[in-house]
Amino acid sequence: MSTAEAVIFKERSGQIHRKGQEPFEMDCNRESLAGAVSQRACVFCGSRVVLYPIADALHLVHGPIGCAAYTWDIRGALSSGPALHRLSFSTDLQEIDVIFGGEEKLYRALTELIDRHHPKAAFVYSTCIVGIIGDDLESVCRRVAEEKKIPVIPVQSEGFKGNKREGYSAACKAMFRLVGTGDTTGIPALSVNILGDFNLAGELWIIRDYFKKMGVETVANITGDGRVEDIMRAHGAALNLVQCSGATVELAKMMKESFGIPFKRVSYFGVEDMAQALYDVAEFFRDKDPGIIERTRQLVKDELSVLYPELQKFRKDLEGKKAAIYVGGAFKAFSLVKAFRLLGMQVVMVGSQTGTEEDYRDLHEITDEGTIIVDDSNPLELAGFLKEKECDIFVGGVKERPIAYKLGVGFCDHNHERKQPLEGFVGMLNFAREVHCSVMSPVWRFVPRRKEKA
Amino acid sequence: MERSSYTSTTNACKLCKPLGACLAFRGIEGAVPMLHGSQGCATYMRRYIISHFREPMDIASSSLGEKHAVYGGGPNLKQGLQNVMAKFGAKLIGVATTCLTETIGDDVPMIVKEFRNEMRQSGVLQLPALVTVSTPSYSGTHMEGFHAAVRAVVEQLSDDRSCAHMLNLLPGFLSPEDLRYLKEVVDDFRYPSVILPDFSMTLDGPALEDCEKIPRGGTPIEDIRRMGGADATFEFGSTLEDCQTAGKYLDKHFGVVLHGMGIPIGIRETDVFFGALEQLSGKECPEKHALEKGRLIDSYVDAHKYLFGKRAVVYGEEDMVVALTSFLCEVGITPVLCASGGRSGRFEQAIERVTAGIAPQSPAVHEGMDFQEIEELARGLSPDLLIGHSKGYTLARKLGIPLVRVGFPIHDRFGGQRILHVGYRGTQSLLDRIVNALLEGSQNESPVGYAYM
Repeated sequence: MSTAEAVIFKERSGQIHRKGQEPFEMDCNRESLAGAVSQRACVFCGSRVVLYPIADALHLVHGPIGCAAYTWDIRGALSSGPALHRLSFSTDLQEIDVIFGGEEKLYRALTELIDRHHPKAAFVYSTCIVGIIGDDLESVCRRVAEEKKIPVIPVQSEGFKGNKREGYSAACKAMFRLVGTGDTTGIPALSVNILGDFNLAGELWIIRDYFKKMGVETVANITGDGRVEDIMRAHGAALNLVQCSGATVELAKMMKESFGIPFKRVSYFGVEDMAQALYDVAEFFRDKDPGIIERTRQLVKDELSVLYPELQKFRKDLEGKKAAIYVGGAFKAFSLVKAFRLLGMQVVMVGSQTGTEEDYRDLHEITDEGTIIVDDSNPLELAGFLKEKECDIFVGGVKERPIAYKLGVGFCDHNHERKQPLEGFVGMLNFAREVHCSVMSPVWRFVPRRKEKA
Repeated sequence: MERSSYTSTTNACKLCKPLGACLAFRGIEGAVPMLHGSQGCATYMRRYIISHFREPMDIASSSLGEKHAVYGGGPNLKQGLQNVMAKFGAKLIGVATTCLTETIGDDVPMIVKEFRNEMRQSGVLQLPALVTVSTPSYSGTHMEGFHAAVRAVVEQLSDDRSCAHMLNLLPGFLSPEDLRYLKEVVDDFRYPSVILPDFSMTLDGPALEDCEKIPRGGTPIEDIRRMGGADATFEFGSTLEDCQTAGKYLDKHFGVVLHGMGIPIGIRETDVFFGALEQLSGKECPEKHALEKGRLIDSYVDAHKYLFGKRAVVYGEEDMVVALTSFLCEVGITPVLCASGGRSGRFEQAIERVTAGIAPQSPAVHEGMDFQEIEELARGLSPDLLIGHSKGYTLARKLGIPLVRVGFPIHDRFGGQRILHVGYRGTQSLLDRIVNALLEGSQNESPVGYAYM
């Protein structure tokens, strides 16, 4: 039995697939196993990440202090203007509120904060305890909205009511309350909304700039450098572009149903997917503007002519190295598999916290024989896989990093705290540079597990 | 000084109770902390703690879902315990509750008792130690959670009254480097000791051949069992009068004499610690440490003109703030605001104790503060520096003054787990860092570009 198999819980065996051993079949979207140390968070987390980058809204967490404290300014979602999202607001519920209810405190906190910050809207996040004590968020929000004349929107994000996915859904429902309430005059025919990009390290600005060069206007960034008024008029755009579909496709579907706006799934990571996203948009608008195809080709060509020679330098060193991927949503995993291939590297393990069966099936399609595909993994399993596959680099977030480092494996931060853009063509170069700087570092030769090999 | 009374909290200067409990459990040999609640709590806390220590921090969760919130989380908790036993091989599982499970009314000690019986009936005789602690996030901060967990461990494990020639050292929440130093000091007095908790290895471990399921190190459970027979307990913290601590339990239940003392930072508080060690051991302070004290006093003199009259805002956990304030007064820095998110009710009095007769004025002292309030007060006080954890960075940046990073969390610098705060040596290091932060500030501001400060 391999080291990895020894740590796999019986209950979880269906959530792990080794390509080539048996026909593809995978369990997913299950509740996390108690005691397994899942890397997943909760419903609240899902809502918080999606809504967080709306920078001119007040984000008030109704609950005890932890939920707000652990999400205070930890994400790299940049704003080009207001930065209200970087403050951590809480009602800091106390025992007495739990006994007598927290509605009055919520009302007073909301009023106080709206008076102080004059936000364009307020989101009120429900937490575990609020779901239990039964505060009527809806009515408090309605009351404050009337008094303060701004949208005040409850987010049904009680932590225990599912996992991150349900949180995404609650966030989409909350945002949808804003959509369709603004004035759409002046929006041109070639226009898009960007959904599911969080403007980490300014990534969204790179993408917006590409669209601008193509002649396409971005109406609302929605989930990155977001603005309330943009979201209110987002229904005036011709097309919704959905990245990170797990998080925001529900909003796109609602907008399609109510406003007839079609949507396309895209990814801005890696050369292939980035180019594909631009071509898809060009294709969509070619009837309205035939010249867009040529402009887009030229844009991609210009970018690639700069990028490819640079990438080759890294590829020379990285060729044949092995990579493992464990990320929140599966969409990123697809792009990463392709991005590693472009660097001549082999992906030997890939997993996500909240992928769907369809996601994993697609991953199964594009990965090599022997690749481990895993859903909702945990540190023991991940460490086992890294060792078994003798990986050179692991891509993940903060919680995955120490697993890699303790095993003497390189690491690439691909989560929401990152400080450098990994999207777009320039992002691919940054990604290659980061992978290179970790894989090629001399430090590994001192690490006990890799000493002899280095 | 008047403080405005807000209903809302903005940028809290505290963390939630279960986080403290998880940290304390992490300092016990072979232990896995486990939260009885929804999955998010464990994950959020892991991430917060990992970002500071840069070490693995596994916290198991009973991962409650909606139906468990309705019908009770007992079955999940039991399943979780079993899984942690099976895959981690834990010697101890420390179960802390969360606001969810406290509010739905799960009786965790009962559930664990049932679990023990069920295991026994199914023939599993070797169970790990199972310690439970109640840590509802809506009452108290991470520090109350930390102390509650340490007490729970002692209450539930210390069962051996037989005389053990040793010292119980309950340091509270210090850095791994602090814990290593404290061990060294007590060892230098050649006095046997048990330090609880001790995450000097578990949260700052060496590179090894493998990623250990449970990192080595931590207070041995066998030692914890014998704490009731120890010669004395030293417990750090100046605001613990009303807190049900492990030290008080050992004193009351086993008659182990409790010496409560402040966290030893600065000469006066460190003298108290060394004095107590001298008395207990009947030995004089070892020369190594006497020399460190001598060098510290020497550098107080060397530094005094850089520091006199400089105005400092100190924030963070109450006991840490008290200790830092005590030290700052000794070198002529004027603490103008001492702030904490905690509410022990003893903060002001503790600050008074360490500032009386040495500070030119009493600082403003406020419990239950957030960074919104700290900022409002600080603006009117024209401070020259901030001392506290890295969540004060935004304020330091706004005020254009240096921030000397201490305590937890340090999320924006490297090596937070290796900051030494305590003892003559730790004070020396703090002093050097504070002087240099001020020198760097005035050097950068000067149009001359002095290369000689």
